[in-house]
Amino acid sequence: MQVSMTVNGQQRTDEVEPRMLLAHHLRDNLGLTATNIGCDSTSCGACTVIVDGLSVKSCTVLALQAEGSQVTTLEGLAGEDGELHPVQAAFQSEHGLQCGFCTSGMVMASVGVLAANPNPTDREVREGLEGNLCRCTGYHNIVQAVLKAAEAGPVAGQVPQTQEVSA
Amino acid sequence: MIPSPFDYVRVSSVDEAVAALAEHGEDAKILAGGHSLLPIMKLRLAIPSVLIDISGISELNYVRVEGDQVAIGAGTRHHDLENSEVAKAEVPLLPHVASRVGDPQVRHRGTLGGTVAHCDPASDLPTALLALGGSVVLAGPNGRREVPITEFFLGFFETAMEEGELIVELRVPRTGDAGWAYEKFTRRENDWPIVSAAVAHLPGGRIGVALANMGGVVLKATAVEAALAEGKSIEEAAALAAEGTSPSSDMHADAEYRSHLARLLTRRALTVAAGEAEASTAESTAAA
Repeated sequence: MQVSMTVNGQQRTDEVEPRMLLAHHLRDNLGLTATNIGCDSTSCGACTVIVDGLSVKSCTVLALQAEGSQVTTLEGLAGEDGELHPVQAAFQSEHGLQCGFCTSGMVMASVGVLAANPNPTDREVREGLEGNLCRCTGYHNIVQAVLKAAEAGPVAGQVPQTQEVSA
Repeated sequence: MIPSPFDYVRVSSVDEAVAALAEHGEDAKILAGGHSLLPIMKLRLAIPSVLIDISGISELNYVRVEGDQVAIGAGTRHHDLENSEVAKAEVPLLPHVASRVGDPQVRHRGTLGGTVAHCDPASDLPTALLALGGSVVLAGPNGRREVPITEFFLGFFETAMEEGELIVELRVPRTGDAGWAYEKFTRRENDWPIVSAAVAHLPGGRIGVALANMGGVVLKATAVEAALAEGKSIEEAAALAAEGTSPSSDMHADAEYRSHLARLLTRRALTVAAGEAEASTAESTAAA
C-alpha cells in the first residue's frame, strides 16, 4: 500500500507492506538509521521518534498509521547549518551517553519531555524518561543533560520542521 | 519481530468500521493505538488476516459530561484522558490511573477502548472502571447496546463483545471530589501492576473496590464492598480483599504474596480515599 508522511520536513511517499513497522520504514526505506531498534517490544525506547508533536515508540506503530503525519527523527533535529538542537548540545556538553545506543531515543524522548514541561525537576525528568532504558545505566548524566537543555527555553521542546511544512 | 501478513483497512466513521467488521468476519481485528495488539501480533500470538484501523475516527475522541455520567470516546488516548480538565474535575480517579499506564510514549498511543477490549488481567484502567461502575457502549450490526462494566470482563482476555462489535464509548458516574485512590505495586515504575487496587467513593454513598492481577481477569472486591456497606471498618473490610480471588504465581510473586498485596493495597487505597472524602466533607461544611 502507498503511505505518505512528512519526515524531517520532507514529503515522502512510498510503497509499504501493511505489516511494515514505522521503525523499519524509517531505517530501511528512508535510510534514517539514527532510529535504533533495541528491544523491539515497546520497552526500551531506543526507537522513539516524534509523530505529530508527541513522542512514540516506532517499533509499535505501523508505517501506515503515520499516514499524513509529521514525523521527526534524530536526523531532523539539528538546524540546516548543522547547529545542534539544544537537547543534542546538552547531551554533548553533559556527556549524556556511554555506549550511545540509547542516545537517539533518549534525545527524542527528552524533546517530548520538554515539550510537555519546559521547566522539569530532576524527578519529573526521570519520570518523563521512564520509557527509555540505558543499559550502561548512565542515567545521571542523561538527566543532567535534559535539565541543562531546559535552560535554552521553549525551543528545547520543539522540533524544527513542523512549522515550515505545508505539503 | 514482524507480524504475519494482513490486509489493512482504514475507516473514518463507526458505521464504516461496523461494515468492515461485517465484511471481513471473525479474522478481522480493530486497530486503534495498537499498543496491545501489535505486540501480540509481533509475537504471532494473534494472526488476524485484516486490521481495521479506527484511529482516524475523530468522533471517538472526547470526554464530556452527560447528565450524571461522564462519557468517554473509546478512541481517547491515555495522554488525552490524563490531561482532560473535564475528567480531572468530574471523575479524577480515571485521569490519575491513565497517568500510571506504561510510559509517556505508550500513553501517547494507547486508547481507553483498546485497553478495555484487550482485557488483560493486569491492566490499570479496566480496574479503575470496575471500581467506578458504569458501562461499555458497543456498536455492531444490530445498532448500539450498553453492557454494564461488571458484566463485560468475562475471563482471561475474554469480554462480552460479540463478533462484529466494537467499543465506541465508556460511561462512568460523576464522582466529583469524592474520595478515590489507586494503589499499584510494581517492580519498576512503568511496569504492569503485580497487584493493584482501585477505590472510588460513589454517588449514593457506596464504595467501589476493584483489583488487578488477582486472577485471570480484573475483578471487583465484592467481599470488601459488602463489608464496607455493612459499616465494617477499613481494617476489617480490607482483610477480605483476597476472598473469591484466584491469583497466579509467577516469577514476580506467588499467589500467597499476591493475596497479601491485595489486602495491603486495598487497605491503603481505602484509607487514602477516606481521607480525601473527609477533607471534602469538612470543606463543604466549613463553606456552609
